Amino acid sequence: MDIQTLANEIPVQGEYALEGIDFISTGEQYLTFSLGQEQYAVNILSVEEIRSWEQPTHIPNAPKFVKGVINMRGIIVPIIDLRLKFGIGDAKYSKTTVVVVLTAQHMTKSRTMGFVVDAVSDVLNAEQDDIKAAPAFGGNLAQHYIEGIVNVDENVVTLLNVNALQVIAKQKANS
Amino acid sequence: MSIDLSQFIPTFLEESFEGIELMEASLLTLEQGDAETINAIFRAAHSVKGGAGTFGFNHVTEFTHLVETLLDEMRDGRRDISQKDIEILLNAVDCMRILIEAIRDESTYDESKIAATSKLLAATLNDRSPSDERIDEDIHESSIENLSEEAATTDLEPGLQRWSISFIPEHHLVQTGNDPLLLLNALRELGEMSVLANCNSIPSLTEFDGTELYISWNIILLTAVGKEDIAEVFEWVEDDCQLIISKDEQIDKQSLEITEMTNNVLSESVKEAESPASKIVENTGAENPKVASHAQAHKPKVESSSIRVGVDKVDSLINLVGELVITQSMLSELGNDFDTSKVERLNAGLEQLLQNTKELQESVMRIRMLPISFAFNRFPRLIHDLSKKMDKEIELLISGEQTELDKSVMEQIGDPLVHLVRNAVDHGIEATDVRVANGKPEKGTVSLDAYHQGGSIVIEIKDDGGGIDREAVLAKAKERGLIDESSSLNDAQVYDLLFEPGFSTAKEVSDISGRGVGMDVVKRNIQSLGGRIQIESELGLGSTFKVFLPLTLAILDGQLIKVGREVYIIPLITIVESLQTQESLINRTSGGMVLYRLREDNVPVIPIYKLFNIPAENKEIKNSLLVVVEADGQKVGLMVDDLLAQQQVVVKSLNDNYQQVEGISGATILGDGSVAMILDVPSMITMALKVAKTQQETHIMTEEAMH
Repeated sequence: MDIQTLANEIPVQGEYALEGIDFISTGEQYLTFSLGQEQYAVNILSVEEIRSWEQPTHIPNAPKFVKGVINMRGIIVPIIDLRLKFGIGDAKYSKTTVVVVLTAQHMTKSRTMGFVVDAVSDVLNAEQDDIKAAPAFGGNLAQHYIEGIVNVDENVVTLLNVNALQVIAKQKANS
Repeated sequence: MSIDLSQFIPTFLEESFEGIELMEASLLTLEQGDAETINAIFRAAHSVKGGAGTFGFNHVTEFTHLVETLLDEMRDGRRDISQKDIEILLNAVDCMRILIEAIRDESTYDESKIAATSKLLAATLNDRSPSDERIDEDIHESSIENLSEEAATTDLEPGLQRWSISFIPEHHLVQTGNDPLLLLNALRELGEMSVLANCNSIPSLTEFDGTELYISWNIILLTAVGKEDIAEVFEWVEDDCQLIISKDEQIDKQSLEITEMTNNVLSESVKEAESPASKIVENTGAENPKVASHAQAHKPKVESSSIRVGVDKVDSLINLVGELVITQSMLSELGNDFDTSKVERLNAGLEQLLQNTKELQESVMRIRMLPISFAFNRFPRLIHDLSKKMDKEIELLISGEQTELDKSVMEQIGDPLVHLVRNAVDHGIEATDVRVANGKPEKGTVSLDAYHQGGSIVIEIKDDGGGIDREAVLAKAKERGLIDESSSLNDAQVYDLLFEPGFSTAKEVSDISGRGVGMDVVKRNIQSLGGRIQIESELGLGSTFKVFLPLTLAILDGQLIKVGREVYIIPLITIVESLQTQESLINRTSGGMVLYRLREDNVPVIPIYKLFNIPAENKEIKNSLLVVVEADGQKVGLMVDDLLAQQQVVVKSLNDNYQQVEGISGATILGDGSVAMILDVPSMITMALKVAKTQQETHIMTEEAMH
């Protein structure tokens, strides 16, 4: 059905009247960010906040990509460096390094984690039809992290699955 | 206007559980002629029934109604309170709990058990009061309770007459300022009365007008007064209603009709379940289980729990907040035009702020504290059941039940305590003939006590039974290969064997305990709460299990330490002492293990930087700082770079957003906003042992390779 006709049928009055709208789309919105030369995106609804890099507190014997934990308004939030996790680009920390804090539902409880990325770029509208399966030729990135890829102009953005990102492999025994 | 009743369901559940607990506790102490207790039980049952009716849990209403009827007979002295009845009632209370739990969890329940108990209840009711048979038949129609009972009373006292009154008000009756409830109450004063509300004409929700009255009443009045007096009651509403007052001769027929009608009304009321009429019906005083729909109840399971807090605790909080506000305004005034001359006042203000904050913190923590009677309450029933099952006479003594404990600790300590009490009854207390033979009183005693000791709470489970047979434990341990034939152990070590998985000295396995499953779980549970358990026992005289628990899990006193760049917190309760190492006391043994001689003990040294793989300033044991900590009876020395302040820290879980980390029990936020890890000493010891084991294994492998 035509989205515009649908929107016109929604009875809304006053300044919010949905005439000539262009912001309703059937697809989802994604926040895109860059890791090295590559573009990635996560569902914007899972984004809690975007903060600047601060030195986190180290977690003993944690995997290398777990940088530690920070205090976000009284909540202890672990910080994962996506560049290290995916093996993309240089893991350098500067004042412009950004942490994207993502919340996702795991079973009954929600988890909040921060992910270090090089820069946050844009908000992307992607219709379901635009999302294509990623070819399995694959780089370093395991397939279960990837929800699909979207063409934006000449570039390709990889959509990431937040739930999968938040799973940390069982801690290795100290040896 | 309809109220979403489902929002009150959690409250209903909570109150029901409280009611059920009260019923259970009171039933256990119930004695003949104890009017107050039976009243309390009756009231509790009645509240549960009423609440269930309001929310449309008809199966609960039906069931509770039976219980209530039985209690009512006891209350009125129509029935003697026999032990058998109390058993039945206890059983029924269990069923009520099952029903309510099923509502809470939105799960199903064992209907056969409920049905069996209802039958038993109904049979008991029939047993002594055959005239009440009709109740049992129509048992699920609570609203006709009185009616049938009245109607069934065939013998009329002389001078009394039975009047049947049909009162059908016009819809606008309530708008004229008349209250049908008042009328009915006025009627009640004339004599014994039964009322049936007829809700047939209640319209659907869309047509429903809250200001109109849709109910009519059929009333049976047993009175000595004449028709004029009855009509006088209705004088003010005569023009607004249809009123038929007739002398009632064919009582049985009539009441049967009414019964039938009730059935119709009820079945229809279920259909019209959405109707908000429940409020009105309730007002008439009739217990009509008419309700908001069941569908409304199917909200996602409510997980949040609540605490009841005494007003005094809240008041003290408000006081403290008031003081805090005053201090704050003083400080901000001071900051407006600050110069060095005011430093002293600033310091005083900050001091005051510190004091306020501390007090506020304590008050807030006190809110989480509940008297331990919440955990102890279940034991009278448990002992009652166990002593019946085991045929042992047992007296339960409870003391210190006002000792306060953090709610979260309380919730987790319940099961371990049950286990310990079961053990005391099963293994501790001997069979009656053995007791008599040993010159002990026939009745065994199990006592529960709770008290504060230092920063922790101690719960004692004590029995005057046979005690623990040291030799039997040792023999069993040797048989199972837990210890060497030659090893000599002190008492505490022997008793510790009881906590080994699968260990049991019981000769026979009963269904209460003795399978050896559990003591290890008990110990683990207590340890996970940061507590410990200790056994004292004397053969032939009894045993005492002492459970030591921290007062709260949310806050702990910690010693801040520094290793490299990282700040860690060691729980103060685990620290034995902190010292500067002296070279002469450092010993190296068994291939590189470092021991530090602390008086007569040799304490293994664990450098934190090695365990956590972090950089450190000081990697030499010589002249370093050692924090000696103890867990599970094992002392170890943690090597640190620096000792910082001691302070109370609020424990935050790492699990919420991350996962369990070995050697770390949680994290906290320091004064500067940074996060610091709290060390988990027992887990660190396990880690160090694991490291040692891998080292030894690699060494053995290389050793073998060299051959």
